[in-house]
Amino acid sequence: MRKTECLGMILAGGQGSRLKALTKTVAKPAVPFGGKYRIIDFPLSNCVNSGITKVGVLTQYKPFELHNYLGAGSAWDLDRIDGGVFILPPYAREKGADWYRGTADAIYQNLNFIDLTDPDYVLILSGDHIYTMDYSWMLEAHKQNNADITIGVFEVPWEEAPRFGIMVTDKETGRITEFQEKPKDPKSNLASMGIYIFSKPFLKKYLEEDGVNENSTHDFGNDLIPKMLADGARLFSYAFDGYWKDVGTIESLWQANMDLLQENPPFELNGDWKIYSSNPSMPPHYIGPDGEVKKSMVTEGAQIFGTVEQSVIFSGVKIGKGAKVTNSVVLPFTKIEDGAVVDHAILAQDVVIKAGAKVEGKEGEIAVIAEGDVVG
Amino acid sequence: MKTVVGIINLQESNALLRELAATRAVEALPFAGRYRVVDFSLSNMINSGVNSVGLMLPDYSRAVLDHIRSGKDWDLARRRDGLTYLPAALPGTDSRKGDLKDIYANLDFAELSDKKYVLFVNSSFVYNIDFQKVLDFHKANDADITMIYNVLDEDKEGNCVTIETSTNGVVTDLAESNGAKKGQKSVMSAYLMPVPTFAYIVRSTYERGGQDFLLDGIIRHAGEHKISAYEHKGYVARINSTAEYYKANRDCLKPEVWEELFMQKDNPISTKVKDAVPVQYKEAAQVKNSLIANGCIVHGRVENSILFRGVTVGKGAVIKDSILMQRCEIQDGARVENVIADKNVIITKNRWIKGSENFPFIVTKNARV
Repeated sequence: MRKTECLGMILAGGQGSRLKALTKTVAKPAVPFGGKYRIIDFPLSNCVNSGITKVGVLTQYKPFELHNYLGAGSAWDLDRIDGGVFILPPYAREKGADWYRGTADAIYQNLNFIDLTDPDYVLILSGDHIYTMDYSWMLEAHKQNNADITIGVFEVPWEEAPRFGIMVTDKETGRITEFQEKPKDPKSNLASMGIYIFSKPFLKKYLEEDGVNENSTHDFGNDLIPKMLADGARLFSYAFDGYWKDVGTIESLWQANMDLLQENPPFELNGDWKIYSSNPSMPPHYIGPDGEVKKSMVTEGAQIFGTVEQSVIFSGVKIGKGAKVTNSVVLPFTKIEDGAVVDHAILAQDVVIKAGAKVEGKEGEIAVIAEGDVVG
Repeated sequence: MKTVVGIINLQESNALLRELAATRAVEALPFAGRYRVVDFSLSNMINSGVNSVGLMLPDYSRAVLDHIRSGKDWDLARRRDGLTYLPAALPGTDSRKGDLKDIYANLDFAELSDKKYVLFVNSSFVYNIDFQKVLDFHKANDADITMIYNVLDEDKEGNCVTIETSTNGVVTDLAESNGAKKGQKSVMSAYLMPVPTFAYIVRSTYERGGQDFLLDGIIRHAGEHKISAYEHKGYVARINSTAEYYKANRDCLKPEVWEELFMQKDNPISTKVKDAVPVQYKEAAQVKNSLIANGCIVHGRVENSILFRGVTVGKGAVIKDSILMQRCEIQDGARVENVIADKNVIITKNRWIKGSENFPFIVTKNARV
């Protein structure tokens, strides 16, 4: 295989248990988002748009739909002769097999893959964040700082800082001096985005040490970063000031969908930084003679005969006459029959809301209907 | 259908399409918000299991080539079989008109394939069909040639080939006329026949000075073959004039036509993928009875219209009974009625443009009004 400057590795094995009914059959990165996408489209598209064309995707929890979705990577232009998408589930070795025991262990178990692609740098990403980011600038900063590891950080409100892994940095150089995992008394409000660029030899050395350490939880945040700091390694922060959202909970997933509906969406949707996804063969959506759609996003293959306001409607969704959908996210092929009412809800795929039935949540308590369920 | 090789003829006459087809083939005309007319022929073939398809290129081929490229979006980029481009006969070698010289020049494609039958279609028709049923019908009737027709549900203008059939579906008369009446059986320019029959018709007709495959090759020699006729009972539109184009697009606003053409699970119509975002409807959007493709941003009012990808409708703008192709921009307060706007048209603030129901006003590509 040809030499690679920077290899992308996306951690996509998480169960996403806080997404409850939405991850009953799929891994979190495969959860639909924003009318036509899945969460993993964001890191994948960011990679491609940043010029990173070799990307490993580490899968573990209920991977079938995710594997099927990724395919040969052609949707992201990653079906390359030399490169593309590499799906990396746990595998058996001479001495038995292990699950991925943590974020660092997942990468450790794939060190032979990393050696095969022979990169100078390894970019490690999470498969559960919504943002658009040019990683090539971060890589540039990594090189200029002559860093061992560069960590993407994001300024959060001080009162939320205790929920995150916090980086304390030197204001001038951006060099990280201290790491606080979910601190009660944060010394900084720069949260780790779970985006790391490692120089490869440095990464390999630490992973090999951590891999055989039985006292380790094999997590980058818990184990490796504190150890690197203690060793005096060159850790730098890279501040990102665009839109970034962790969509690990129902509320945050709902909120991120709603964010797209603002008069000026938080990130450029129609611009050059395209988010690629696997496109089904669907016709433009149809809005019927009595349809009404406001402040919403609607995608191909939907049919709307009722009222939709402040909602995100996925492909193949049918909304009957007199039905009312507000403040909701409706995933593919769900049917909302005549006169039904849906408010503050996320309806998974292939749900049927019978004529006249009601699904009503409220802010802070979003209603969730699981895939294939029939209501009413 | 593994025994069938498909040929799609993109050499249709487009005189009646006026400005829309000035620089592109009929088949490359944008249709129903995100498609091009040729998508139907390609998708019908692949959905029916025809995996080897030759595409006879038109004179203006750039739009078609740019649209289809490797054929990947139709699953036609294959190691075995797949898509083959069939360029027109070298200009200068033959001054004859008609499509026959180009079929003759590419006869090798069918003859050297390992297939038994040729499915030869003209691509200016819009319909969703399973060609497997046509092949079954062909075999059951033990026919030499099977042609596909539909029964007209209204009078038609322009050149039409109509047939009469006996009760067992054998064609008894075949004639070309200018216009046809409601209830007549109109040939949809799709023919299935064994490769040797196809080669014989093309070669013998061409070598005797023939010009047109249908007229000189089939109609003139109808008596020599047993021709059977397969009726396609579903929706059919023939895009041969601006009025038909306008009507066929607007037919897609009928949910039953929309569902029949596009929402059959096993027979989807595929097209070039563009990765546009879902449509964004803003605060004051009012949309009724319309088809809106991804990438559009709607602030104003849209009624009985078709918006292709990336159209923006400004605040207070009104669009009625119109077709707006890719990336048109209708600025604030503008009003557009009975208009077909080609790609990248800009209608500036507060302008009003109006055509009439049966003669829509056409705004040419990249125009700024």
